[in-house]
Amino acid sequence: MKRPNIKDLKNKAVEIRKDILTMLAAAGSGHTGGSLSIVEILIALYYYKLRHNPKDPQWPDRDRFILSKGHAAPALYAVLSELGYFPKEELLTLRKYGSRLQGHPQKGLPGIEISSGSLGQGLSIANGIALAARMDSLPTRVYCLMGDGETNEGQVWEAAMTAAHYKLDNLCAMIDFNKLQIDGFCCDVKNMEPMNKKWEAFGWNTIEVNGHELPELMRALDKAGKTKGRPTVIICCTTKGKGVSFIENKAEWHGIAPKKEELERALKELSEGIC
Amino acid sequence: MTEMIPTRDGFGKGLLELGGLNKDIVVLCADLTDSTRAGWFKEKFPSRFFEFGVAEQDMFGAAAGLALMGKIPFACTFGVFASGRAWDQIRVSIASMRLNVKIIGTHGGVAVGEDGATHQSNEEIALMRVLPNMTMVVPADAHEAKKATIQAALDIKGPVYIRLGRSPSPVISKESDVFKIGKANIVREGSDVTIIACGLMVHEGLLACDELAKQGIRAALINLHTPKPLDKETILAAARKTKAIVTAEEHLLFGGMGSAVAEFLSQNFPVPIKMVGIDDRFGESGKPAELFKALKLTSADIVKAAGEAIRMKS
Repeated sequence: MKRPNIKDLKNKAVEIRKDILTMLAAAGSGHTGGSLSIVEILIALYYYKLRHNPKDPQWPDRDRFILSKGHAAPALYAVLSELGYFPKEELLTLRKYGSRLQGHPQKGLPGIEISSGSLGQGLSIANGIALAARMDSLPTRVYCLMGDGETNEGQVWEAAMTAAHYKLDNLCAMIDFNKLQIDGFCCDVKNMEPMNKKWEAFGWNTIEVNGHELPELMRALDKAGKTKGRPTVIICCTTKGKGVSFIENKAEWHGIAPKKEELERALKELSEGIC
Repeated sequence: MTEMIPTRDGFGKGLLELGGLNKDIVVLCADLTDSTRAGWFKEKFPSRFFEFGVAEQDMFGAAAGLALMGKIPFACTFGVFASGRAWDQIRVSIASMRLNVKIIGTHGGVAVGEDGATHQSNEEIALMRVLPNMTMVVPADAHEAKKATIQAALDIKGPVYIRLGRSPSPVISKESDVFKIGKANIVREGSDVTIIACGLMVHEGLLACDELAKQGIRAALINLHTPKPLDKETILAAARKTKAIVTAEEHLLFGGMGSAVAEFLSQNFPVPIKMVGIDDRFGESGKPAELFKALKLTSADIVKAAGEAIRMKS
């Protein structure tokens, strides 16, 4: 696939981050840290790897993106609206009564494949999609993004076993490895290290990348596509709250939205490219 | 002599038939292939059968994924594991998206017998009935189980839960009888009291009707095989006619089929209701018949309740 201009995509990432913060501030609540950490992951997927068509969201052969860490919905909404899946003005309705932009993603909004938010369920759904695609010899590939805290859920590991058992090489899991969850650092809450060795032991092709470096993400996605006979997991090392100095690496920013003054500071920082 | 066939066998036959009718039917199982009778399908359609091992939550999630791709998955395990262990997966990954997944819970209720309390799904109807978009079916015999299986796949686009039993149970209907999910069957007409039963308790209800007749009481019997959505019309007509109701189910008295009937009638046509079911306790090991007696799930319990309901009429 033709590589897009990295500089353009980096600018896109800045704009997406601004949209995320603006919509969260307008909503007055929501998940800031884990939305900011997945921006480059979504850009690498939607602007490089995914076979999708914003004008035909239900195209049967499309690749599927499953946001298992549903609380990061603002990032996905920002990307989808930027791509034209729905009007950008709708971003400011996030979490409001009557909006299609629910606090956690709900199927029905163009571009949203599943309702999610109860952690640990996406990878199993992705397995089912991958099995069906293989049954019907579809070119469809499935991508499932999980949080690192999410991997505390036992169902993730049930699904990991299933994908390896069925040799689902049309499936690529991605982990937003930002090292923080609600109650603090992942290593203190429930240590999942060594994350890579766990997935390897479960039979997965395991790739580690800097989850904010677009070329690394793209190469990893290409490698996943070429891997035969087993599923791939891309462990994306990220910074929670990436891009805004006073939000980065702070567990308390998991589930709160910026206030007006904080938003102004954050937008200024993003414009100036401080972080 | 009444023929005895487990309802899970009716499901197995229905599934086999469906496999030939529709190539989108796929079957998932969690290490209980033979017990759930999913194995009959597996033998004939191996490429459409998926084993998940002892991992029910993952199995129901994968069923959701298959449904998203246009398949009609039947995900099969014991009722306790389907309705309890995987409840949140069914709630979020299936019911909230109204996905076309058919959930098969076998070994339902205390009729599973000797396996004891952990394996007796006496909360099943309550757990599934509270979920928006869910259809909940409790067939009374093997014929109904087969028909429910086929209708769930061909007539209903959305989640359906079918509760089935392990032990051989009386065949009370004929293959040619009309059965429609959502439409209760009037098994006996009567004017003094209406017994509304589901599952294995329909047979107990029949025995109770005979006993009541000996006492000069004309009891009607409704087979409410679909606790959700409720056939309000039939229930309302029965309440209007007999002015006294007895519900009977192999289930806790909390939140089950009887509760569904009481919720509806208390708000629309209040009449005396007596409920036969399990009263705030877990089961235990024993032969099904012993447990039915100990937990007050017999025709005698229905007869007693009918007398009480009639006496409560003002």
